[in-house]
Amino acid sequence: MCLAIPGKVKSIEGTTGIVELGGVSRKTSLQLVPDASVGSYVLVHAGFAIQVIDEEEAKETLAIFDDYYASLENRSEEKR
Amino acid sequence: MDGQRILLAHGGGGRAARDLLEEVIVPIFDNRCLELMEDSSPLPETSSRMAMTTDSYVVRPLFFPGGDIGKLAVCGTVNDLATAGAKPVALSVGLVIEEGFLLEDLKRVLHSMKETADSVPVPLITGDTKVVERGRGDGIYISTAGIGCIPEGVQLSPKRVESGDVVLVNGPIGNHEAAILCARESFSLEAQVHSDCAPLHRLMDVILAHVPEIKCARDATRGGLAAVLTEIVESSGFGVRLDEECIPVEIAVQGLCEMLGMDPLFLANEGKMVVVVPENRAEDCLLAMRSVPGSERSAIIGNVHRENARLTLKTPYGTSRIITLPVGAQLPRIC
Amino acid sequence: MSSFAQFRDAQRVKELVRMLRRVYPGGTLKIMEVCGTHTMAIARFGLRDLMPGGISLISGPGCPVCVTPSSVILSALALTDLPGVVLVTFGDMMRVPAGVGHDAAKTLEKRKAEGADIRVVYSVLDILEMAEREPDRRFVFISVGFETTTPGTALTILEAERRKLDNVFFLLSNRKVIPALHALASSQDIRIQGFLCPGHVSVIIGYGAYREIADRYTMPCVVAGFEPVDILMAVTDIVTRVANGSGGVGNSYGRAVTEKGNLRAQQVMDRVFKVVDGEWRGIGVIPLSGLGFRTEYERFDAFRTFLSGSQSSFSQPVEAQEPLGCRCGDVLKGIIIPTECALFGKRCTPTSPVGPCMVSSEGSCAAYYKYGA
Repeated sequence: MCLAIPGKVKSIEGTTGIVELGGVSRKTSLQLVPDASVGSYVLVHAGFAIQVIDEEEAKETLAIFDDYYASLENRSEEKR
Repeated sequence: MDGQRILLAHGGGGRAARDLLEEVIVPIFDNRCLELMEDSSPLPETSSRMAMTTDSYVVRPLFFPGGDIGKLAVCGTVNDLATAGAKPVALSVGLVIEEGFLLEDLKRVLHSMKETADSVPVPLITGDTKVVERGRGDGIYISTAGIGCIPEGVQLSPKRVESGDVVLVNGPIGNHEAAILCARESFSLEAQVHSDCAPLHRLMDVILAHVPEIKCARDATRGGLAAVLTEIVESSGFGVRLDEECIPVEIAVQGLCEMLGMDPLFLANEGKMVVVVPENRAEDCLLAMRSVPGSERSAIIGNVHRENARLTLKTPYGTSRIITLPVGAQLPRIC
Repeated sequence: MSSFAQFRDAQRVKELVRMLRRVYPGGTLKIMEVCGTHTMAIARFGLRDLMPGGISLISGPGCPVCVTPSSVILSALALTDLPGVVLVTFGDMMRVPAGVGHDAAKTLEKRKAEGADIRVVYSVLDILEMAEREPDRRFVFISVGFETTTPGTALTILEAERRKLDNVFFLLSNRKVIPALHALASSQDIRIQGFLCPGHVSVIIGYGAYREIADRYTMPCVVAGFEPVDILMAVTDIVTRVANGSGGVGNSYGRAVTEKGNLRAQQVMDRVFKVVDGEWRGIGVIPLSGLGFRTEYERFDAFRTFLSGSQSSFSQPVEAQEPLGCRCGDVLKGIIIPTECALFGKRCTPTSPVGPCMVSSEGSCAAYYKYGA
C-alpha cells in the first residue's frame, strides 16, 4: 500500500500532471508537490505525487557509500 | 443487408440469419467449406494422431493495442495446437453476439480472424452464430475449436521433463495483460505497450526441425509464466529454478508492474511459448528460436532440478524465493 | 532513471552485506519494520537470507489492510444493503474475511458476486468522477491507510467540497504510525532493538517524527527506502548504532525523506481530520492512533450518515474477534513469525484465508507464503 514509485513529470496542467515511468504515463495530482516542475522526478502513490525526489541527493548517497566502502577495503588491505 | 446493428433476428435461423451468413460472414472467410453452408464439414486432412483444442474468448476491451478479440480467438487456439506439436488443420468458430452490436465492429472482428487464419494458414470450416438480448452479452463472445495433426515421433509432455533440462521462453513477458490494462479506461494509463498476440506454429516447426528432443512446450496465457511452470513442476515432480536476471521484460511492462504492484511472472501472454529441452540442446534451441521473426529475444530462463518440487526464482543478489500462484487473476477478462 | 536503478545494484548489495557483517556485534538483534511494502520487499529480494546470524528482521503491523477492524468491513457490507449505495475500495480489501463469529467468512468479493455494486480503484480520486457521472447514486469509499495515503484522501474530500458533491462519503479507518511504535516499543511481549522506519510514511511526516521514539526507548530508528540497497543501508546503520549504544534517528532515504516531511500534506490532513483513538485489528485500541472528521467535514462521514454514530469499537476482547486458532494479532505485534502459527499453510492459505495477514497483498503471512520467506 505504500507502493510509490519515481516518475518523471512530462507536463503540467493546473494541479495535475502527466507522470511517466519507463514509457507508461498516468495523470497524477500534483497538489502535494507545489515545487514540482516539468522534468522533476516525483514519487507517485495511488494517483498522487507525494514528494519531489532529489536526484543529486541520490547520487551523493551512492557516492558517499562507494567512497566509504572503498576506504574500508583499503584499510583492510593495509592491515594485511 | 440493411441496418448497421445486429438484431435478435440475426441469430434466429430465419431469413435475417441466412442473410448475415451469406452477405457478411461467408464472404469474409472466402472458402469452399463455408460456402456450402452445411451443418458440418469434413476435415481437409487427417492422420492417425490428431489433436483437438477449444477455448472461449471474452476479452474486454474488444480492440486493444496489438490485436482484438478476433485475432486472439485464432491465435489462442492455433497456439494450443502448436504446443502439442500439432500442425493446425482446421478451425471452427462460435459467435455469441449481443443485440445492438455494430455491424461494422463485427466485420472488423471477422476480418481480423480471417487475416490471422490466413497467415498460418488454417481454414475456418464451420461455425455458428447466436444473438442474445441487449444487456445479456458484452458485445461479442467467441469460442473456437481447432484440430491438428501431430507428426510421427512427436511426443510433447511435461511428464517427459527431467532433472537437468533447460527452460526457455521466446521473448519478453507480460505484454498482453499490460496492454489490456492500458486499454481499460478505468485505469487511465497511456503507454507504449502492445499485446504480443501472435500465432506460434512456425516457432514450433522450427524448434521441432532443429531440436526434435524437445520435451514439452506450453502457451503462457492466463497466469503467465508462473502458471505454466507451476503446471510443469506439478506434472513432472521436479523443481524449476528461474534466474530473474535472464527473464526478458520490456521496460514499459516493468514500469506498469511497479506502479500497480504487479509481477510480470503472473501476467497473461498471447504469443509466448515456454519450452523445455535437454541441457545439451539448449544453445541450439536458443539459436533456432531467435531465428524466427517475433522471437528474436528468446532467452534461457532457468533449469529443472531434483532438489525439491517447487518453482523458485534466483534474485540478482544470490537469494532465492518461491513462486506461488495467486488465488485469482490479477485482472478479469484478460483473454 | 539510472541513478535510481543503482539502488538495486547487486554489487553494492554484496558490499553492504560485507559491511554489515563487520559492524555486527554478535548476539540476537531484533529489528522491526512497520511497513507492508518493506515486508514484501524483504521477502521478494530474499534479504533475510543475507542477514548475519543473529539479526532478525521482524514484521510489525505495517499493513493497513490487515489492521482494519472487522467492524469496518461489516459496516461496509451492511451499506451494500442500502439502495443506490456504491462501495468504492482499494483492491486489497476485497478478499479480507470479516472475521467475527458467523460473519467470519464474509468478504466484499463474495458480496460483489451476489450482485452488490462494489468497485475497485487505484486512486481515491476516481470516486469523484464516478459521483459526477452518476449523481443519483451514493458513493462510499472504504478509507484505509497510514500517513502515505491519508493526504490523498483528505485532498479528495476537499475536492469533493469544491465541486459541491453531496453523494460522496468515506468510511474512515486511517491510522497513524508513531502511536503504534510507542505501543510496540513499550510492549512486554517482545523486545525490539531497533525500528526500520517506513519510507513513504516518513516522506509525509519527516524523520524528525521518530525522535520521540528513539529518545524515550533508547533505540535507533532509521528510515529506509524500498530497494535492496536502501534497506541494507538502513539495517547497517541500525546495527552500527546498536553496537555503539548511540540510538538516535537516521535517514537512509535522503533522496525522498527530509527532517520535517511534506508540510503541505500535513496541513491538508490536519485541515480535514482530527486525531482520535484507533482500533487495530488483532491488537486492540491504541490511543490517538486514528482519525475522525473535523466538524466542517462531518457530512462526508459515512458512519455518521448511514450508520448512526461514529466508528464504534467492539465490546468483545480482541482475541474473540477472530476464528479460533487465528494468530494474526501475534503476527502483527511481531511476537511470532507466520510459520509459527498452527494454521499457516494448512487451514489458512491465500485461497482460503482465515485472517487478514494471509490475504492482504502486504500481509506478513501472505509474504511468507508467497515467497517462502
